[in-house]
Amino acid sequence: MIGFILKRFFQSFIVMFLVAMLAFTMFNFLGDPVNQMVGIDTSAADREALRDRLGLNDPLYAQFARFIGNALQFEFGQSYQHKRAVSGLILDRLPATLELSLISAIFTLAVGVPMGVHTGLHRNSLVSKIFMTVSLVGVSLPTFLIGILLIFIFSVQLQWLPSFGRGEVVDLGFWSTGLLTATGWKAIIMPAVTLGLFQMTLIMRLVRSEMLEVLRSDYIKFARARGLPSRAINFGHALKNTLVPVITIAGLQLGSLIAFAIITETVFQWPGMGLMFLQAIQVVDIPIMAAYLMLIAFFFVMINLIVDMLYYVVDPRLRVDSTN
Amino acid sequence: MSITTTARALDLLQRAVNSDIYHSFRSSKMVMVAAVVSAVMIIGATFSPILAPHNTLDLASISLIDSLTPPVWMEDGDSRFLLGTDDQGRDMLSAIMHGARVSLFVGFASVLFAMVLGVSLGLISGYAGGFLDSFIMRAAEIQLSFPAILIALLIDGIFRGALDAKTHDELAVYVMILAIGLSFWVQYARTVRSSTLVEKGKEYVEAARVTGLPPFLIVFRHILPNVTGPLLVIATINLALAIITEATLSFLGVGVPPTEPSLGTLIRIGNDFLFSGEWWITIFPGVALAVLVLAVNLLGDWLRDALNPKLR
Repeated sequence: MIGFILKRFFQSFIVMFLVAMLAFTMFNFLGDPVNQMVGIDTSAADREALRDRLGLNDPLYAQFARFIGNALQFEFGQSYQHKRAVSGLILDRLPATLELSLISAIFTLAVGVPMGVHTGLHRNSLVSKIFMTVSLVGVSLPTFLIGILLIFIFSVQLQWLPSFGRGEVVDLGFWSTGLLTATGWKAIIMPAVTLGLFQMTLIMRLVRSEMLEVLRSDYIKFARARGLPSRAINFGHALKNTLVPVITIAGLQLGSLIAFAIITETVFQWPGMGLMFLQAIQVVDIPIMAAYLMLIAFFFVMINLIVDMLYYVVDPRLRVDSTN
Repeated sequence: MSITTTARALDLLQRAVNSDIYHSFRSSKMVMVAAVVSAVMIIGATFSPILAPHNTLDLASISLIDSLTPPVWMEDGDSRFLLGTDDQGRDMLSAIMHGARVSLFVGFASVLFAMVLGVSLGLISGYAGGFLDSFIMRAAEIQLSFPAILIALLIDGIFRGALDAKTHDELAVYVMILAIGLSFWVQYARTVRSSTLVEKGKEYVEAARVTGLPPFLIVFRHILPNVTGPLLVIATINLALAIITEATLSFLGVGVPPTEPSLGTLIRIGNDFLFSGEWWITIFPGVALAVLVLAVNLLGDWLRDALNPKLR
């Protein structure tokens, strides 16, 4: 067990190191940070002095070590575009993205699992066929197109929901939330659905195929032979056993939700990290790009690590293998 | 043409008609519709310079007087513009055909690039083994844990920083192909590696090695033809994904420039007009994209099932 965890930790560490190296390379070779910080009329001597002060004349390994040191303290320098500390900018935007991802994940599970159970239990019913068709369309439609269609229907035609922004936001000091106001809830509906639709179809198809598999197994037949009510069999026995892979996939998809938020945030002008990252790419604001890259990589590595460990806890077969 | 070649051609045709693939193709109406739709769209896009009713890329032929004309069946519609025009007076149908051409070109090219890269790395990884193998596979594993769109975005961002704006615009289509290709190679590499591991132990490879053939020739001339089976299916499914990725990047404004609009760029441009009532500028390119991707996806699903003997 300890060996397994150590190995996974080591692997995560390597990934983070590689990503840091990539981010650092971007910093150093794409554009000159000094040029970005000073005006045209700054003299060459002043530029040199600034280079010295920023440590850009140090050997590369020393600069890299300092970059890592700063990153560990969540310090990524100044944004070229906003002229503010990148860490502050990210902390401002983080709540919006995390709230969107969380609501979207809840929507995904709350709708995807029941749909999967239904299509698994009643394979040939009309509702199942509709669900399966919808899921195929959901896989084929690009996220941004779904967003545009929702805006077209609910904002332009029906005028029920706002098409951009977070609505009114309550500032809790360390966290700004839109979930305490009615306009905030109204504003989050369409972005959350847009973001979650693809994942929802994925969860639905997964639950369906797992249910089909489990329902064929012997212990379900035995439970039926014992005369248990079908509700107890379907939900108490079958569904419970399908949930292990579902939890794993849902966990892994949480990372994708945060990454795909870039698209949803752009369509709905949602003031989150993804929108900021995209704007940073367009004006080549390297500090923000580097910081976002590191942060997303960190999220992904942590989620992967936790899911791997959960697997280990949930599936006893893995434990037996490692002791042999 | 001699009689034998005609007979051989007929024989081939006979075999094609009798094959399982053809049979399973004929037995599903959905797949046949998908195939027809894909074919029509691919032909319409490829030959758009000839087939399109207007040349939207030629600035002299468009006129601002025609701008924002609604589709032909609405009031104020103009019979010259079946699906209406955009704010510049460009015919939407022609713009969609030209756009689909760019989208399909990027899609096919990036799938081809990903396939060449992935198959080569997979062959090398499987045949060489050892350090090289674990290095390539670890890289694949790491890349697989990040979504493809994020990787494509990042690669595009790096190029944007490394090139100046004008050069980047000129090279945008190729940057896009590179970015999407690099984010899709993993699946090919893993599939080919595992089949290479199987083929490596077989006698014909052993025999080639004994005759003193260099490893490069063994891998590419002897092993490669035997590991290509599943590639077609992966490529079809990836084509749909590549088209979606390109459209998404172009929609986000980091894809191909507006001077050479793809479907994604058209949707991005039209998005500004959604609120002022000119819905057709966004919705038609959007529908075209959705239909294209859906048709390719359906074909991919069918191909996967039809070529998988376990499901028969």
